Amino acid sequence: MARLNINGKTHNVDVDPSTPLLWAIRDTVGMTGTKFGCGAQLCGACTVHLDGKPVRSCGTPVSAAEGKKITTIEGIGATPVGKKVQAAWAALDVPQCGYCQSGQIMSATALLTEKPKPTDADIDNAMAGNICRCGTYPRIRAAIHKAAKGA
Amino acid sequence: MTQLKNPSRRKFLQTSAATGGALVIGVSLSSVMGEAQAATDSAMNAWVRVGSDNTVTILVDRSEMGQGVVMALPMLVAEELEVDLNKVKVEFAPPGEMYINAMLGGQITGGSTSVRDGWEKLRVAGAKARVMLTEAAAQKWGVSASDCKAANGMVTCKGKKATYGSLAEAASKLTPPKEVALKDPSKWRYVGKPLHRLDTPGKITGKTQFGIDTKLPGMLYAALAQCPVIGGKATAVDDAKAKSMPGVKHVVKVTDGVAVVADSWWQAKQARDALNITWDEGPMKGLSSEGVFKQLADAMAKPGASIKQQGNVDDAMKGAAKTVEATYQMPFLSHSPMEPMNFTADVKKDSALLIGSIQFQQAALGIASAMTKLKPEQITIKTTFLGGGFGRRIDLDYMMQAVEISMAVGAPVKLVWTREDDVTHDFYRPASLHRLSAGLDSGGKPVAISHKMSSPSITSRLFPPVVKDGVDPFMAEAIVVPYDIANQSVHTVIHEPGLRVGYLRSVSHALNVFANESFVDEMAAAAGKDPVEFRLAMLGKQPRHANVLKIAAEKAGWGKPLPKGHARGVALMEGYETYMAQVAEVSVQGGDIKVHRVTVAVDLGRMVNPNIVQQQLESNIVFGLTALLYGDITLKDGRVQQTNFDTYKLLRINEMPKIDMHIVKSTEKPGGIGEPGMALISPAVANAVFTLTGKRLRQMPLRVA
Repeated sequence: MARLNINGKTHNVDVDPSTPLLWAIRDTVGMTGTKFGCGAQLCGACTVHLDGKPVRSCGTPVSAAEGKKITTIEGIGATPVGKKVQAAWAALDVPQCGYCQSGQIMSATALLTEKPKPTDADIDNAMAGNICRCGTYPRIRAAIHKAAKGA
Repeated sequence: MTQLKNPSRRKFLQTSAATGGALVIGVSLSSVMGEAQAATDSAMNAWVRVGSDNTVTILVDRSEMGQGVVMALPMLVAEELEVDLNKVKVEFAPPGEMYINAMLGGQITGGSTSVRDGWEKLRVAGAKARVMLTEAAAQKWGVSASDCKAANGMVTCKGKKATYGSLAEAASKLTPPKEVALKDPSKWRYVGKPLHRLDTPGKITGKTQFGIDTKLPGMLYAALAQCPVIGGKATAVDDAKAKSMPGVKHVVKVTDGVAVVADSWWQAKQARDALNITWDEGPMKGLSSEGVFKQLADAMAKPGASIKQQGNVDDAMKGAAKTVEATYQMPFLSHSPMEPMNFTADVKKDSALLIGSIQFQQAALGIASAMTKLKPEQITIKTTFLGGGFGRRIDLDYMMQAVEISMAVGAPVKLVWTREDDVTHDFYRPASLHRLSAGLDSGGKPVAISHKMSSPSITSRLFPPVVKDGVDPFMAEAIVVPYDIANQSVHTVIHEPGLRVGYLRSVSHALNVFANESFVDEMAAAAGKDPVEFRLAMLGKQPRHANVLKIAAEKAGWGKPLPKGHARGVALMEGYETYMAQVAEVSVQGGDIKVHRVTVAVDLGRMVNPNIVQQQLESNIVFGLTALLYGDITLKDGRVQQTNFDTYKLLRINEMPKIDMHIVKSTEKPGGIGEPGMALISPAVANAVFTLTGKRLRQMPLRVA
């Protein structure tokens, strides 16, 4: 039994400690906003925050998340930066199919928390790990700049 | 996909549904509708329900996979229904004959047809419902309906007013009007406006439910081991270790392999990986990419099916001052939507509940009915949001697997593929070869062109009656050039090397237009002419083509100086009744092609939502660049060698060019926009690379080194 603090709430999850955090969040806790894309830390769809830092939950065992604050897409709107990011995403209609967007928003929020005024190069560095097959990249970039301006 | 005018396909699909080549069965769908409605809901027609609580529900009969139908189609209904779009509830329609896509003959989302098919039908549906609600109010008040006005979900007449909700039950009992007048475009409140998508809030908060997010009470999770060579079968299974692993409930042999069913998906997947399976690799055993292209080259010797014959190409070539010849080669491609294939099935003795991301509801119902021996009315199919589709989810292998597993274990089961399962067990975009030749007169004017292509045929597998006289219409899209050339000959040769193929965004447009538009540039080079001028000189009878070409060239600064090491390339196409030109600005850095800027000019007639149109243009360029720079599914020993996003690369944000979009204002009927853009970016870039390096790249993905 592992104790996970997800979005400020404690969940007791009965899984093997080697289980990827992704599956504990999705299947055991039942929060499905965090997505499975590749299972190999290549696409970023499963991105969550551990103590504010972005990690790929498909490659993070539950044991490594115990005792840390886990933030998912369901909780990111409660943070000031996450709220701004979601507002910019909505204003610019970033999503198409939407499947990768949870991970995109988690990575963008981490970037803007670290660097409130990111350059295009910063955006490339922080966001290149998140694949969007629909190709929402131009709007992701614009939305990050918009969020940085506080809008 | 092209429009299928052939009525036989529609008839075929109404009486049968086929997929995987294995199942062809009869279905009557009319009895399925009209169920599962809340007691307070009254159906005005197949697309509009009005609740006594004033909730207006619009049914969307196409699958939402990013392309925006969940917004665009309700906009059409709401425009005439006179309701506030922001208060409308949207539901995905179940399978139903009334939802058949008239352009495709089935309830299919594909071919950039959703708006074209729904453009009039959905506005009429909204208008008919409004007329019925208005008539109900008139009867209630004893006045003439012509004195009543419907607006914002309310009917008013001389100081009286009634909500749609209060009129719904009475209205639903009226006979729908035969004819309705549609609004003049000048009165449109929604259509043509760049409205925000109503599905955005769910998608930025993690609330949107995709197929993979389905959860049913008592549901088990499945992972499936499929033969590494597609089409192979398990002959022996050692499951001793798998069965001893935690959470594992069942190991079952199914048609496509061996499934492990467990309390959680991770447990199922771990145990699946512990299975020891002996495979009979089947008919594709030993096939390699080299073998595939050798076979396609050999197939070129066959006469093939004639797509176009005009004048006499042979004679014109003999009399030409100059001739040009080239062969182009396209690889197999994987769809790789971000949501891996998955499906949830709960098959019981007298009912079945099937939930997932699918693009072909009618086939889903037909296949499920045949597999379960249940009547269609005993089966409920729920389409969720799709985490990308691109044509992959027209094929329903993953649904059939989930149904089979649920039947085998007698429980609700969610089957989830790994990414590796997904990349190695796709229905791939066909590989193809294209041989083109042309003759120019002494002034450099083209007098003849011929194009012969060979590839596997998707339609021969999925909809065999559509293939007539050796012509698969989905191999021949945009293969005839729009240019005024006196002598033309076009042939297609179907050849099946063995790897299964499926419809992938823009289908054969992307194959044929890469060849055609690269080759037209080769002709221009042979003639010593500017590629834009060369094309324009042959477009006297094609004003919409000429217009977008001129706009793209002008906006891109065609002919104007560029930074050192940069060059431009152009390409032009009509596809899905949409006219488009693209100019790509490119450099080559250390053997890598870098695309800096893409200028798009498009004439797609009227737009429902320009915001979604722009999204689709952006999307197509990204999708096309992935194919152009990376897309390459290769075979060795019958196995697809690419497995995940490290070996099957997709474009990332740091590789993104700037995109300038120029949309022609038009009152022509709408063209499709979900697919044409991706076909053009490849030849535009290849042409720019030629201008820059003098090297003509005739094989995708483009590799300069």
